[in-house]
Amino acid sequence: MHTAFLLDAAKAVQKSILDNEAALESLDRAIGDGDHYINMVRGAQAIVSMEDELTSLSVALALNKIGLKLLSTLGGASGALMASFFISMAKQWPTAENTNPLSIALAFDAGVQAIMLRGKAGLGEKTMLDVLIPVSQQFKLLAEKKQSTPLICKAIIDTADQGLQNTRDLIATKGRAAGLGERAIGHLDPGAKSCQLIITAICQLASHPINSTRY
Amino acid sequence: MKKFINKLDDVLIESLSGFAQAHADLVNLSLNPHFLSRKKPAANKVALISGGGSGHEPLHAGYIGYGMLDAACPGHVFTSPTPDQMLTAAEHIASDKGVLFIVKNYAGDVMNFEMAAEMLSVENATVYTSDDCAVVNSTYTEGRRGVAGTVIVEKCVGSLAETGASLADCKALGEKVNVRTSSMGVALTSCTVPAAGRPTFAIGDNEIEMGVGIHGEPGRHRVKMQEADAIVNECVKAILADWQQKQLCLKGQPEALLLVNGFGATPLMELYLIYHSAATLLKKHGIAISRSLVGNYTTALDMAGASVSLCLLDDEIKHHWDSPVHTAALRWGC
Repeated sequence: MHTAFLLDAAKAVQKSILDNEAALESLDRAIGDGDHYINMVRGAQAIVSMEDELTSLSVALALNKIGLKLLSTLGGASGALMASFFISMAKQWPTAENTNPLSIALAFDAGVQAIMLRGKAGLGEKTMLDVLIPVSQQFKLLAEKKQSTPLICKAIIDTADQGLQNTRDLIATKGRAAGLGERAIGHLDPGAKSCQLIITAICQLASHPINSTRY
Repeated sequence: MKKFINKLDDVLIESLSGFAQAHADLVNLSLNPHFLSRKKPAANKVALISGGGSGHEPLHAGYIGYGMLDAACPGHVFTSPTPDQMLTAAEHIASDKGVLFIVKNYAGDVMNFEMAAEMLSVENATVYTSDDCAVVNSTYTEGRRGVAGTVIVEKCVGSLAETGASLADCKALGEKVNVRTSSMGVALTSCTVPAAGRPTFAIGDNEIEMGVGIHGEPGRHRVKMQEADAIVNECVKAILADWQQKQLCLKGQPEALLLVNGFGATPLMELYLIYHSAATLLKKHGIAISRSLVGNYTTALDMAGASVSLCLLDDEIKHHWDSPVHTAALRWGC
């Protein structure tokens, strides 16, 4: 995997977020405070606009740069959490010769762990972690079994969607929806929704046959 | 949406610039990263830094000056500031007495201030405010929000810090004032975040949101519009129940500070009406209101509504509340 993939992935993510403005906005208005979509757009834009400075860097350095950029441009819980994710993932990122699905899965998991630590949250609290934790487990499991990239990607897309749907019936105990108690039941969590969108966009890009040799 | 805007992207910076120009005798504005600080940085005192999403003006920049804050870090509208803002502000104003961060207990603010505190090399501590009793939770749980009571914390700690008190003493007073302060808000309408362009939440013409947060996030429940006394009664009851839960001692003749805070679009005339209603009720409960503040001190953009905050006073808090303060939004005694 090369930095070129990161840059294409950033553009795919940006497009997915823009395409889903209505869905993200209405979820956040229902159980958030109305700024989630704007923040996601701001973050995606910040990463896409870094193309020139990232393109010559290694993946690990690029991920770290992205984390620092998000930390200083995003703000909000999403800024701190996303930044913690990228910075921790960068630290665990394998060298070029050791890059394989399993080493990437472990780096991804380090990022997810950083979000859990920073947000003091875990599974079942109606947050983005309800998507990220199962995705990370599934990713590691399939990578250990040496499954093909397209198969891993497809399974991750399904896992992310399932994790998102699970948030519908949860009572929020963390995040902005936490104040709602039982009133949040019946609504998908906006942070989980945007994570599902991001993961799906990246997996679709990574599993597309045309890309099998490009990155 | 009908708002005074030139370009959406410039709303924050133009507003900050206007604030800095209007109060050039008190504050300096630094950009990239953004923070405001005292015109004349004070030496030999704990530096008090607060911050949070914009849209709550005059919180926090309006409280920079003698007897209150040393610096404030404004984030985007309703979005917490970023750690580089707090770091730069701290490095700009810190003396060797250390830095005290005063942070409203909201996830984004907590995480960003936490990261700044981890990166800062100067000795520092943090007071988290959590006066909002609308969200039913025990004291110090993560769900409890910091709202208008933060102003009382900033005023009292600001006064103590001017005396050259230690970082630990400043933190202790901040936590004490926070525990003794409870708030409850109510929204009559939603607010509109400029970048979103439409109301944050939908609310019927005849509905109000009891226990609303300062971003328009939902509170306890949605009820039909009622007369003012009934609304205030629910707020006061919630506050007194919270005091009981916090086991605040109400023996003898308890004395309190009553803060009636407007959310941005409720006229002062109605805020004073709320004050009258709350003060009458509290008198019946045997609580003497000996200090008062009425006005827009912790707003939620253009939300119509108000919050009631009650701080149980003692001699120490009274002394620090009464001491001189000179900021853009609060000034007395000097």
